[in-house]
Amino acid sequence: MTQTALRLDDITCTFPARGGSAYCAVANASLAVGEGEFVSLVGPTGCGKSTLLNVAAGLLTPSAGSVEVFGAALTGMNDQAGYLFQSDALFPWRTARENVMLGLELRGTPKRRAGQKADAWLERVHLAGHGDKYPHELSGGMRKRVALAQTLILDPKILLMDEPFSALDVQTRSLMENELLELWSQDRKSVVFVTHDLEEAISLSDRVVVLSAGPASHPVGEFPINLSRPRDVSEVRLTPQFLDLHRTIWDALKVEVQKTHAKESA
Amino acid sequence: MTGFRWISLFQVLLLLALFAIWHILTRTEILPPFFFGEPLVVLEVIWEWFSGGRIYKHLAVTLIETILAFVIGTVAGLVVGLWLALSKTASQLLDPYIKAFNSMPRVILAPIFAVWFGLGIWSKVLLGVTLVFFIVFFSVYHGVREVNPVLVANARMLGASKRQLLRYVYVPSATAWVFSSLHAAVGMAFVGAVIGEYLGSAKGVGYLILQAEGVFDINTVFAGVLVLTVCALVLDRIVTIAERHLLRWRPGQMGSQS
Ligand SMILES: Nc1ncnc2c1ncn2[C@@H]1O[C@H](COP(=O)(O)OP(=O)(O)O)[C@@H](O)[C@H]1O
Ligand SMILES: [Mg+2]
Repeated sequence: MTQTALRLDDITCTFPARGGSAYCAVANASLAVGEGEFVSLVGPTGCGKSTLLNVAAGLLTPSAGSVEVFGAALTGMNDQAGYLFQSDALFPWRTARENVMLGLELRGTPKRRAGQKADAWLERVHLAGHGDKYPHELSGGMRKRVALAQTLILDPKILLMDEPFSALDVQTRSLMENELLELWSQDRKSVVFVTHDLEEAISLSDRVVVLSAGPASHPVGEFPINLSRPRDVSEVRLTPQFLDLHRTIWDALKVEVQKTHAKESA
Repeated sequence: MTGFRWISLFQVLLLLALFAIWHILTRTEILPPFFFGEPLVVLEVIWEWFSGGRIYKHLAVTLIETILAFVIGTVAGLVVGLWLALSKTASQLLDPYIKAFNSMPRVILAPIFAVWFGLGIWSKVLLGVTLVFFIVFFSVYHGVREVNPVLVANARMLGASKRQLLRYVYVPSATAWVFSSLHAAVGMAFVGAVIGEYLGSAKGVGYLILQAEGVFDINTVFAGVLVLTVCALVLDRIVTIAERHLLRWRPGQMGSQS
């Protein structure tokens, strides 16, 4: 394999819980993502997927363990990474164009140039002509596209995505998944894609990592996905290899999902 | 659009009706005019004030006091609100003082301000400032506290420094809260100015009202109240226009742009 873009080493995250006790969300989790690799993290709801992503982003300092970005220890924010959040993270007081150009503006790029680049990116995500609209005037899928352009305009080497399409309807969703693969294939960033949807994980990724149920969640299985690329996410789901992979990974995931269910109904 | 016109028409009709009822009740002496005034006389007083030019000097003083109180109180509320919302130590330290000042009946301070700052405009401005400040302060404070943490995380991922977070995230997202408080603040600035004048001054609409009360001229009192009300409405309208412009990104603001 090529160089490692992101390495999480023996990460433990403990949160203060009610009553003075502590909740250990993630324990001794290690994960390495190669340069240009597309890795999905799947696991039951609440197991600690977002927590791990926040650690990788530098938004959350782990209680123990270390993070390496292209071989260098991470302190503070991870400036090599872009983050696509699960919930809406567009700035409602900025138009689509202003949202896309924000990162450049923060870096001191002259407004004119930033605006031109933003327009080019809006075109790449099929939103040419919508630049002057405010987020509340856009549909859910369009907002996700703006968010994608907002992140990608800074050309991060690592892309962290937290269930980015979970709020979209099924059609929009597979459309967006294909567009994501198309954009990704152009310059092969390293991607960590969090989802609770196994089909989505398999159809997008080079590798699927299964996390155990919380507390003290950590990877319990890794599955290389050797489906050929380029892929169409809805077509690939009908191939026998896909179904085989799905069965194998689901066997591992099912155990964890059932554990979570058992705990919730207890 | 036509619905809007009809409502405006009815609003005017309602106002005329109220004046008519007032007129009839006092003319028939069901309500004694000595205590309740007479609308036609009130309007006459207003007309004489404006045509004779006597009012302008007083109105100017009251408006200057109001606007100064509004601007100073708002700016101070903004700055202190942002500061305390973003600095945990400062907010913990000052919390009991803020609560104490806020629950204190601050109008009582008017005579003290008069002693400290004399009978000129500054004692009135300061009274207004103490009223306006807390309204704006609390709304900024809550506005910043209520900022969506995902927006803060996103801005940080996009490379925002601490200072840039303030400018690009905290201030704009507190703006909506601030504007909702500015309407109340305009009213309070007026209250500060007029109460201040009422308690001791030589100029201003509050002073005119005080003088009229001294000779039981109830019509002039009503005229003063009416003039102040119209001024307050105009200032509130200006705040609304600024609000529409600055908050045009909000859902439901689009139709009102034109
Ligand atoms: N800031 C926090 N404070 C306390 N508990 C938290 C915090 N963030 C996450 N948790 C807890 O950690 C666990 C994992 O959360 P999260 O990473 O969001 O799960 P996932 O993204 O897999 O659904 C959950 O049980 C959640 O309640
Ligand atoms: Mg999550």
